[in-house]
Amino acid sequence: MSIWVDGNTRVIVQGITGKQGAFHTEQMLSYGTKIAAGVTPGKGGQTLLGVPVFQTVAEAKKATEANASVIYVPPRFAADAILEAADAGIELVVCITEGIPILDMERVKRYLAGTNTRLIGPNCPGIITPGECKIGIMPGYIHRKGHVGIISRSGTLTYEAVKQLSDRGIGQSTVVGIGGDPIRGTGFVDALEAFEADADTYAVVMNGEIGGSGEEEAAEYIKRKMTKPVAAFIGGQSAPAGKRMGHAGAIISGGKGTAAGKIEALRAAGVEVALTPDRIGDALVKSLSERGLLEKCRTN
Amino acid sequence: MKIHEYQAKELLGAYGAPVPPGEVAATVEQAAAAAEKYGRCVLKAQVHSGGRGKAGGVKLAENADEARAIAGEMLGMRLKTNQTGPEGKLVRKLLVTPAVEVKKEFYLSVTGDHENACLVIIASADGGTEIEETARTHPERIARVPVSAVEGFKRYEGLQVSGVLGLTGENEKELISLLDSMTRLYREKDCSLVEINPLVLTVDGQLICLDAKVTFDDNALFRHPDLKELRDTDEEDPREYRASQYDLNFVSLSGSIGCLVNGAGLAMATMDIIQHFGGEPANFLDVGGSASKEKVQAAFELLLSDENVRAIFVNIFGGIMKCDVIAEGVVAAAREMGISIPLIVRLEGTNVELGKQILAASNLKIIAAENMADGARKAVEAAAWTGGDGA
Repeated sequence: MSIWVDGNTRVIVQGITGKQGAFHTEQMLSYGTKIAAGVTPGKGGQTLLGVPVFQTVAEAKKATEANASVIYVPPRFAADAILEAADAGIELVVCITEGIPILDMERVKRYLAGTNTRLIGPNCPGIITPGECKIGIMPGYIHRKGHVGIISRSGTLTYEAVKQLSDRGIGQSTVVGIGGDPIRGTGFVDALEAFEADADTYAVVMNGEIGGSGEEEAAEYIKRKMTKPVAAFIGGQSAPAGKRMGHAGAIISGGKGTAAGKIEALRAAGVEVALTPDRIGDALVKSLSERGLLEKCRTN
Repeated sequence: MKIHEYQAKELLGAYGAPVPPGEVAATVEQAAAAAEKYGRCVLKAQVHSGGRGKAGGVKLAENADEARAIAGEMLGMRLKTNQTGPEGKLVRKLLVTPAVEVKKEFYLSVTGDHENACLVIIASADGGTEIEETARTHPERIARVPVSAVEGFKRYEGLQVSGVLGLTGENEKELISLLDSMTRLYREKDCSLVEINPLVLTVDGQLICLDAKVTFDDNALFRHPDLKELRDTDEEDPREYRASQYDLNFVSLSGSIGCLVNGAGLAMATMDIIQHFGGEPANFLDVGGSASKEKVQAAFELLLSDENVRAIFVNIFGGIMKCDVIAEGVVAAAREMGISIPLIVRLEGTNVELGKQILAASNLKIIAAENMADGARKAVEAAAWTGGDGA
């Protein structure tokens, strides 16, 4: 088991003929992801890497019965690409694109609220269920199949966490990058709820960072509903206020969104917080040991 | 992107907002000529920073002679506000505007509410001060009225604001018209903030935008070519400006350890771990997921142009970006630029062994780190040592 994606997920690649789209389609195919179709306006009818290319998402879905899509189109077209996938009835849309205007995402977020589409991202590495399905840009080989869920706002920091777990013999059920933008589809609480409900996930690691209030809301949810242990790291403890740290969402404004505030909220909810990024694995091991779950989570 | 007060007022004026007349002066003569026209007037330093009044960047002149004297002092001075840091900002231009008799001051802004994916009007009857200060001391005096990004501003939303500000009759109508202007500007030009602080009611009953601040969403600038000419690169940190030309995510800080990292999250975490071991990062730098050799070289150039930097920590988790490519970039940059300060490199991920071999075979004095913590510790030690040596 896993959350949101598994061996049966059939994926459409939006922007498949672009440089990024083509490269990552090849990577996903070699990982074993079922790529059902590609979409690039003006290139319908072609075939790329053995994948049929269509004009629109609706056509691609009709022809292939795909249920997920991944978006590699430039920022100026990305909001439309998300809406197109939602209008075609795609259940899961993963948007990798970084740099989408905020007003576009406000429009998209409002629109999706009236649909059954789940958006992951934008500005994220994607989602992977090890050994079954990789949708996005993460290096597949660092993952191993197992029982710990990971939720992260960052790309490379997710890989750090994954590697620290894999090196300790702890596999992952699903790893989801929710993205570094201030307005995102899926948030921490959505992913925590899904992991809490997934029988095959025994514990969760969350990588947060400064800015916004997603981590505080996650702490509230963990305190009230979560029965599984959670370990966390919050990036940006050393970041100055008012400066944007790379990610559009990583900014402390008006004293809100500080790392200290988030760490305090998570600790109060019983979360084991790693103070440095190299200790994420240790923090998880500690909380697993306390609950007698460590051996159950070791995959070898 | 930030712009100057006079530019913000011009934009707001074009959207129908009640902005006072004003002239921009880059010389004492221009300032005196404007003052001649207005009589009693205010001279305002045009720098990208708030808190100008308290720092001496806003002054009242009774007549043209006084204006001339004040302009002489202000032009060319370095204005140090609570937002500029100790080095301050060079004053190159002044805005000269007629003095008004103020009866009451308000705070009014439109910004994004990211949690709820909409715009929000923020209003307070306590104008003139920083809204963060009011939020801390008297949160009940601040009204927050959400506005749909899709539908835009509606009149009834304005009535909630006028109630909080205590404006009635003609002034209430003027306020609603102003809110319409502010939200239209925000939505049409992809702003991230439209702020009037203070909005004032004059003794003769007029509502006027006495100050204005407008910032734009950098990600949306591609669809507003007209805004490009409003950018004033003199106001930007020179290294942050150079970084933006190379498409590097860079933030200038005040420490001694230069950081070169791939990915924003890892870059932030790298700063954290340096601080954890007692060092101070000189910068935030994310070279991105697809850094070329040229980008890595440009990044090194930026780090080395900071004279406070005493050691450089390269922290890479190669995912799609391969460690051997990064290693080649590091070696090429170190050779061509003759890096003389300690260079600590931590590589992990795809093709890591190949990357380490390239570094080892280069015969450069590169300190290899076992892991992130080891690298941070070594960088902190190296920076302390070169610092103590007076290098």
